[in-house]
Amino acid sequence: MQTVETARADDDALTPPALKEGHSDWPSFKKFLGLFPLSTSMLVVGMALTLLVQSYVVFRELGHLFLVGTEWDPVYGSYGALPFLAGTLLTSVLALLLSLPLSMAMAILLGEYLRSGLFSSFLQGVLELLAGIPSIVYGFWGLMVLVPFVRVLQETVGAPTFGVSVMAASLLLAVMVTPYAASVGAEVLRLVPQDLKEAAYALGATRLEVLLGVSLPYARSGLFAGMMLSFGRALGETMAVTMVIGNANRLPTSVWEPASTMASVIANEFAEAVEEMHLLSLVALGFLLMVVTVAISLASKWIIQHLAGGEGR
Amino acid sequence: MESAVLKVENLVVSYDGRRVLHGVSMEIPEGSVVAIMGPSGCGKTTLIRAMNRMHEVSGNASTEGRILLRGQDIYAMDPIEVRRRIGMVFQRPNPFPHLSIYDNVLAGYRLNGIRLSRAQADSLVEEMLRKVYLWDEVKDKLKQRGTFLSGGQQQRLCIARALAMRPEVLLLDEPTSSLDPKATAKIEELVVELKRSVTIVMVTHNTGQAARISDYTAFMYLGELVEFGPTDRLFTVPRDRRTEEYLMGKFG
Amino acid sequence: MSLSFRKFLDRAFLLLLVLLFGVAAMFLLLLLGYVFVKGGGVVNLGFLTSMPKPVGEEGGGVLNGIVGSLLISFVGLLLAVPVGVLTGVFLAEFPGSRLSKLAALAIDVLQATPSIVIGILVYLWVVVPMRGFSGLSGAVALSLIMLPVVARSTEETVKMLPPSLKEAAYALGVPYHRIVLRVLLPSSFSGIATGVLLSLSRALGETAPILFTAFGSPYLVLNLLKPMAALPLIVFNYAKSPYEVWHQKAWGASLVLLVIVLVLNTTSKWVSNRWKVRF
Repeated sequence: MQTVETARADDDALTPPALKEGHSDWPSFKKFLGLFPLSTSMLVVGMALTLLVQSYVVFRELGHLFLVGTEWDPVYGSYGALPFLAGTLLTSVLALLLSLPLSMAMAILLGEYLRSGLFSSFLQGVLELLAGIPSIVYGFWGLMVLVPFVRVLQETVGAPTFGVSVMAASLLLAVMVTPYAASVGAEVLRLVPQDLKEAAYALGATRLEVLLGVSLPYARSGLFAGMMLSFGRALGETMAVTMVIGNANRLPTSVWEPASTMASVIANEFAEAVEEMHLLSLVALGFLLMVVTVAISLASKWIIQHLAGGEGR
Repeated sequence: MESAVLKVENLVVSYDGRRVLHGVSMEIPEGSVVAIMGPSGCGKTTLIRAMNRMHEVSGNASTEGRILLRGQDIYAMDPIEVRRRIGMVFQRPNPFPHLSIYDNVLAGYRLNGIRLSRAQADSLVEEMLRKVYLWDEVKDKLKQRGTFLSGGQQQRLCIARALAMRPEVLLLDEPTSSLDPKATAKIEELVVELKRSVTIVMVTHNTGQAARISDYTAFMYLGELVEFGPTDRLFTVPRDRRTEEYLMGKFG
Repeated sequence: MSLSFRKFLDRAFLLLLVLLFGVAAMFLLLLLGYVFVKGGGVVNLGFLTSMPKPVGEEGGGVLNGIVGSLLISFVGLLLAVPVGVLTGVFLAEFPGSRLSKLAALAIDVLQATPSIVIGILVYLWVVVPMRGFSGLSGAVALSLIMLPVVARSTEETVKMLPPSLKEAAYALGVPYHRIVLRVLLPSSFSGIATGVLLSLSRALGETAPILFTAFGSPYLVLNLLKPMAALPLIVFNYAKSPYEVWHQKAWGASLVLLVIVLVLNTTSKWVSNRWKVRF
């Protein structure tokens, strides 16, 4: 397609050579370019199909036992995944709750009080750093620093001092997912129309009252979406959780106990899974995890696009 | 009248089924400056963009009629070739920001993969920049990005870039409307000089400008060519009442 | 409520916010502090340039991990960048087309998929047919993680280019494929480079997707068809072990990893500011 034309070596006049007839290439290049989004799409479709097909075997063989069974013992061939579903849910919900004050505080600071200036950049820097640290580093640090701290907590509460536990994982996750809710929250708070706030100020409201009465209600769907995003991230987090949760394949009865999540059990057992059913069960767990995480992410994106910043328009 | 380098025959242009130009016919004499004027929405921009088929680039345009470039219907030619022979300068100067001044002048060659020797390139750049009276101002900063120049200088750079392709016709779409009066005056002087080497068609929103520098003027209104003739005559004894009212400022 | 009480609440609230920020900053400080101090005690030139030694022997380093990480990530880039950039260009140029909407959805799904699941997928697609772990499968997994980031940043950058750029090129009789390749892409360079650097930084830090693809190795492996070491895997293995000496090495490896990631992030910011083509 590359036609390199050389200008004729005329003495003075340099004229661009005339084009061959019918050279206009817009439609054909568009087709060529289109191959790439097409292959991307096919890739993802293939991914979903592969995981679905491989998991289907498990669902067909084990039926609902897979989801409600509490015994996960590859040696005996029992694959009840309820402990992991529970562990995942427990740690993620707890992480979200624990991170809420932190992320809301950061969102409000960045979105309302410190929208620009030196301290604002500093705050954003902190958030970016938190978000950029690899999860294995979080995990190792969690094992070495957070777990002993949780042991101390457990002593105080009178619980068995495992250290590695649901609580440790939730605390670590809380810090890891804070940046996501914080930056989405800050963005939607910045979008609150200035004149709405000014109307409230003109009525003699304090800054806090304007925040509680005007800004937060206005931005609530965006804030909610930010929380959903955090939650989705917590669900899928693997390495940090694996290192501090204790990897006990049983249903946790308290947050001070070790447990496992869907992601952590996959990380632990996949490479050594010898039995085909064992492997496929892990694949099925991965498929479930993907479906839930993707659904939450798409939903929160949809909310941000269609509802946040559009209130009262 | 001198021979017509560009002949518009019954040009009808529609966007998404809505007619914007209703059967325009006119002849652009060689070596002249033709001004197209009219109130906003009259179709003058569509008309000039139809002359190098730029109106096809954005949106759903359908065209009927012909435009003959020295006898060849440009709608039967490859649009890419049309645009190499009919150049265009836009309302807002748009030098390529990622290219130097030097490379901007040669952009038509560079982007089309046409190789020039160093000597050819140097001489072309100097020739074109001299033509637009930019050479002395930028000869020491040829390697700088084009966006560091003033608005007027940028526009002259764009004219140089278009001229480097040695077009037969140069289309100017309101070239001075984003410039200050001093820069405008410089460009107007330039246009009058350039007609010796290239035929110029210029859309203007400023009747004074049309009167100052054009040889022929076309007055458009609501998608129709209302009147076309030598500038002196059209401005002193307009034949159509609408032309007269426009010139008197009755509507803009 | 009296005015002074309301004012007091206002002040108290701000104080609360600052305190909470302090908590977050404290976590960050503790994290960075431990990694830099504990890791700093272990990392030296020898650590960076020598191979791991068995337990009990003095010394040893993470050279295989550094080399392996760089190798897998760069191959991953080679796979992800062309597809990602051109997909992004298509999305920016033809936003209304059905293919664009489908691809945008696909990218969103890919980005939301947990990285461990991507590891599972590449295991099924590459490791199983190849009958073994390999650096190549690790590279494929990382490329799937990098693809959405590169595509999105390209799309955003190209979308923000002013239409006058294309107009000017069209008016010079430049055919469309050259407009894309010689005008749009060069003008988008800083945005694309930023996206590439960010995705590279993310890929280098990922552990889960290479757990059962690249798998790790005690040797310095340059053959992509064999299992390969990587820094995050080294941290993981040393961390899981019961040996104190290896825990120290894990701090060191964490420090190296962290520094690489931070340098890349900072560089991408710098590229974004410095090279931005102003319109």
